[in-house]
Amino acid sequence: MSAEGEGEGVSGGGEGEGEEVSGGERDFGTGERPGSSALRGAGRVPRERPEWAAGVRPGHRPLLPVVTADAVAREESARTAERLAARSRERPGDQWPEHVRALRERAAHIRRETLDDLESHLGALTARVTEHGGTVHRAATAADATAVVRRIAAEHGARLVVKSKSMVAEEIGLNPALEADGIEVVETDLGEYIVQLGDERPAHIIAPAAHLSRADVARRFDALAGAEQAQRPRDHSASALAGFARARLRADFRRADMGVTGVNFAVAETGTLALVTNEGNADMVTSQPRVHVAVMTPEKVVPRLADLGVLLPLLSHAGAGQRATVYQTLLNGPRRDGEADGPDALHLVIVDNGRHRILGTKYEDVLACIRCGACQTACPVFRTLGGGHAYGSVYGGPVGAVLAPLLDEHPGDAELPYLSSLCGACADVCPVRIPLPDMLVDLRADHAASRRGPAAAAWHAWSVLWSSRAGYLASLAGTAVAARALPRRALAALPAARRWARGRTLPDLRAAGRLRRAVRRTAGRGSRAARHRDLP
Amino acid sequence: MALFTSCAADLVAPGPALAAARVLAATGAEVTVPRAQTCCGQVALNSGHPAPATRLMRHWVATFEGYDAVVAVSGSCAATVHHRFPRLLTGRWRPRAADVVERTWEFTQYLAQYGGGLDLALTGDVTWHDACHMLRSLGERAAPREVLGRVRGLRLHEAADREVCCGFGGTFALTYPEVSCAMADRKLADGAATGATHVVSSDATCLLHLAGRAERRAVRLRTLHVAELLAAALPDGPGSLAEVAAA
Ligand code: SF4
Repeated sequence: MSAEGEGEGVSGGGEGEGEEVSGGERDFGTGERPGSSALRGAGRVPRERPEWAAGVRPGHRPLLPVVTADAVAREESARTAERLAARSRERPGDQWPEHVRALRERAAHIRRETLDDLESHLGALTARVTEHGGTVHRAATAADATAVVRRIAAEHGARLVVKSKSMVAEEIGLNPALEADGIEVVETDLGEYIVQLGDERPAHIIAPAAHLSRADVARRFDALAGAEQAQRPRDHSASALAGFARARLRADFRRADMGVTGVNFAVAETGTLALVTNEGNADMVTSQPRVHVAVMTPEKVVPRLADLGVLLPLLSHAGAGQRATVYQTLLNGPRRDGEADGPDALHLVIVDNGRHRILGTKYEDVLACIRCGACQTACPVFRTLGGGHAYGSVYGGPVGAVLAPLLDEHPGDAELPYLSSLCGACADVCPVRIPLPDMLVDLRADHAASRRGPAAAAWHAWSVLWSSRAGYLASLAGTAVAARALPRRALAALPAARRWARGRTLPDLRAAGRLRRAVRRTAGRGSRAARHRDLP
Repeated sequence: MALFTSCAADLVAPGPALAAARVLAATGAEVTVPRAQTCCGQVALNSGHPAPATRLMRHWVATFEGYDAVVAVSGSCAATVHHRFPRLLTGRWRPRAADVVERTWEFTQYLAQYGGGLDLALTGDVTWHDACHMLRSLGERAAPREVLGRVRGLRLHEAADREVCCGFGGTFALTYPEVSCAMADRKLADGAATGATHVVSSDATCLLHLAGRAERRAVRLRTLHVAELLAAALPDGPGSLAEVAAA
């Protein structure tokens, strides 16, 4: 890696500020210590996202049906839907290739086995990481976790942080927390970088910029480069755009004081942290800065190193249809004497943020999730909405609709389980067999039970009526009478009819009870089969 | 044999149930439409009300347990019986449910098994929509294709996204009408792109949603329940889909 030499220079350079700026960097216009080169000009990038997609979650947000209606109306959503559908089409439904099917069964087992004894695996992990010279922190809440990272940053005098994709960092609001301390945080995953420029949250777990086209990205990069024509991407091909980002990010890798990453899996047996990327940015983030902070939730632990042989290929397959990701980074502590690279210090922050409440409940299975995003790509609702922003939660799509209400961070998340047609595509593609649709139904029941009101009473009364033949037939007759007696306009004003009629013609309720009459007639004639022309 | 017609048939879509009765009778089965039947409880359950749903499930078991076979005209109702009943019913209801669930078939599943003697002919071009619960909860994708394959003259055109949800989803269609309609649009576009004149499926409710959307958007793709298609393919039927559409 070409930047290694400079990287060491940076960590060796210690506290001296700004002195290791290389020749290409100059004048950041602030008069202060030069900041991130990757984010230079970010203020020029137009904010195209709706308010509810902002990087920092708005404290209040419009009702979910309002947000989703907006999302569907956006032209970009249809294009995103097409892109995601194409990805999904490559791997239809539950047609798992033979070699992956075996991995899937094994992985599902490993994940449950881990959850059964989570604390002891975490204990082992902590012991091994500590033996390797790392420091392990446990944080109960998002605030605790960000406080730990802020303290580490302060201790090391960090001003510039490079970050490799981490959903839990999104969950705990790490970037805004660090930025509040005057620290610049640069996302180095290409997709994350692109959404960061637009001040948006990731739209998809593993494809944060899945909702943007190449042209959208080119527009952002052109705005970023601003008047500096020479810096604009040469052309708008994917490789030119990636090259532009790479060049800008590279300087930040060299100069960052601290690197922050997530963790794909943490091995209890060996204290190994496993990270996968397709861009190699995690290698840069963990090897160039002086300090590496890895953030994970407890359930990312796996018992044995050998388990990675099952989980990593499965993650690659489910997430991106790859046999393996381009980079698979295994870290065993900070740099030891005699080693050529790696950080001086490694901190592992294990943040619970509500997980312990899920353990041992009927929702425990959701903690088996390996964050592959396959359920999102497969979900036609997620696709139609143009990605996860319309869920309002950090995790969108089927897994988010289950997880977000359980994490209980925003009252609006309680409505998410209803944002699903329960088609079940998510369960088909989930590499660890999480029964997401069943959980969505259970969560709806929990939600309904928590607000006993007219709706619950109405369902109750309805079920009593419909569990007797007489009551049922009476309700059919009543429906038909109402459908005949009421003018169509009045019928169409009923709430359910109105919602149906938003886009669809109403079915004819005057048909209510017709089946019963037809059956009686045929039975009366003593014929078992009505002839086609006898149909009412 | 008992025909489980579903509440949708009683409320808005009697056609598929009547057609199914004719097709099943043509196989030589003695078809009864139990008068006590109401609803399998699916809507209540999926809306977050398992207790009322369970009451209807018990009523369902009591209604149908006396028959040698129960044939459902709706794939999603059949899926509810198979997938949900064993999970929700407890106590003495559980074994009673397990017993009748074993003898409960979705319409095309039954025909794939016992309908081999039917003489079916109907010319036309159709595409099959794999309704979600039939496909995933019931795990059935082969039976309808096998049965449609027996219809002489019928051409089945598979759409690219045949396994993608049409956006109905029970109350989902009412809670999120815009999302639901956008999903229907994709389904209709995919279906129309195959050159088929009709989209055929196992669930009257998915088809009501698609038909309602097609009509509103003036999409020239008609909907047809598989039972109606097969009834039209019986020897005294019209012989071609064009005539079915004209009727
Ligand atoms: S729930 Fe399953 S499919 Fe969805 S992200 Fe997690 S592991 Fe992947």
